[in-house]
Amino acid sequence: MKSYFSELFTGAWSLILGLKVTIKALFSPIVTYQYPREKLVVTPNYRGHIDLVKDAETGAHKCITCGSCMRECPSDCIFLDGEKREGVKGKALTIFTLNFTKCSLCGACVEVCPTDALDYSNEYELAGFTREEFHYDLLKRVEERE
Amino acid sequence: MSMDIEVLEDSRHHRYVLNMGPQHPSTHGVLRVLLELEGEYAMELLPVLGYGHRCHEKIAEFKPAKSFMPNTARMDYLGALIYNQGFAQLLEKAAGIEVPERVEYIRVMASELNRIQSHLLWYGAYLLDLGAFTPIMYAFDDREHILDILEDVTGSRLTYCYFRVGGVSKDIDDKFVTSTRAFIDRLRSRFPMYEDLVNGNVILQKRLIDVGELTPHICARYGITGPMLRGTGVAYDLRRAEPYSIYSEFDFEIPTETKGDCMASFLVRFREMEQSLRIIEQALDRLPEGPIMAAKVPKKLKIPAGDYNSSVEAPRGELSYYLVSDGSDVPYRLKVRTPSYSNLSVVPEMCQGMLLSDVVSAMGSLDLVIPEIDR
Repeated sequence: MKSYFSELFTGAWSLILGLKVTIKALFSPIVTYQYPREKLVVTPNYRGHIDLVKDAETGAHKCITCGSCMRECPSDCIFLDGEKREGVKGKALTIFTLNFTKCSLCGACVEVCPTDALDYSNEYELAGFTREEFHYDLLKRVEERE
Repeated sequence: MSMDIEVLEDSRHHRYVLNMGPQHPSTHGVLRVLLELEGEYAMELLPVLGYGHRCHEKIAEFKPAKSFMPNTARMDYLGALIYNQGFAQLLEKAAGIEVPERVEYIRVMASELNRIQSHLLWYGAYLLDLGAFTPIMYAFDDREHILDILEDVTGSRLTYCYFRVGGVSKDIDDKFVTSTRAFIDRLRSRFPMYEDLVNGNVILQKRLIDVGELTPHICARYGITGPMLRGTGVAYDLRRAEPYSIYSEFDFEIPTETKGDCMASFLVRFREMEQSLRIIEQALDRLPEGPIMAAKVPKKLKIPAGDYNSSVEAPRGELSYYLVSDGSDVPYRLKVRTPSYSNLSVVPEMCQGMLLSDVVSAMGSLDLVIPEIDR
């Protein structure tokens, strides 16, 4: 009988203690954000899909069409090709596509690139209705970028 | 075990089969458990696996070994860095690569943060299974800080691919050090709050104490490791038993309980977070300067013929990789021993004759991550 009441008392006390925590939290500052009306600043180190880097001096990309990234990619999601053009040393890039549906963001391509022509983008709001929306034409993207 | 509906003579006592999952929230993924119920008692249980199978081990046989690194994070998405660690260690061992000291410190800190993150998620989700909605909010509030810290270093929030063979992909900076120290203080100050909110709660105690009791003998039979094993009183932790990386240099305890029930593993996990904080703190104090990549890592990593093994302590138990090489850069065979798979195998024995709601408590205390079981 005695243990019954002591259990009843400790049980009720534990619930009051829990409620105390909850009530205290009620008056503490809000930690959530009202996304999408409020947006958090994403760290510049965030790894989104890859993008070609725009050279600040020349205004062009830095790719030399060596194909290291294409060979290094574990998921075969990069495709690039180039052609010989007059007046240009080596091969000129004609196509650079990324199939982002297969990419696992390991970063092997960025690390292997000999000219640092690749970098991570900071985009995270990615949603689409078709698979093809995630087949990015990176050459087009770099040319269109400011 | 027969899954036919067995109707006994007395119509009030008949058995029927209930599917728990593959979409049941308490299985946290696509695990299906066939329950043969008699009234509200689970008389027989049969876990059905394979809904999330992605042939990870087979994939490893077709690509250069170091390309497998992103796959390791997809096996256990909650302990991704620890899975990275195990695999990086395996290849370093196989190729004989010496890792710089700073790298080891960074790896330990990142892994321990990852472990706390995993335990915080388990803490929230487990209590959610048991019907308490509030704790997950508090746990996620703390977990968010870890994710922010790790995002700043690794670039991702969940499926990290941070460790490389011979090093890490990016060095840590002062921001990491200050924000990690701030987080340690914060989480330490939050532990008493968690104790008040949950650990002493009478409802939780009634639902966990004496439920799903295990003994060291049963654990040995099924190969159960991790907090489940330590809950039975066996202080077996690979960080202490077979120290890998630089764990032998740190001063930390292996929390154990003796009872082996759900409450025991609950408390073990809870106390493990405190110990992880201790390890991180010591690592921050002693963090050496130096390179973040081993000097000689060949571009094409050829693994000498032979077999190699590497084991690490994942949040759920012992994880080991076993690699057989024929001398090329592509593994001949890679076997991954994941803790949840062995831990799950005890369910039919542990939960037999339990109330259905106790099955939820018992399975939740295993802290199952289904992609790791199915891999």
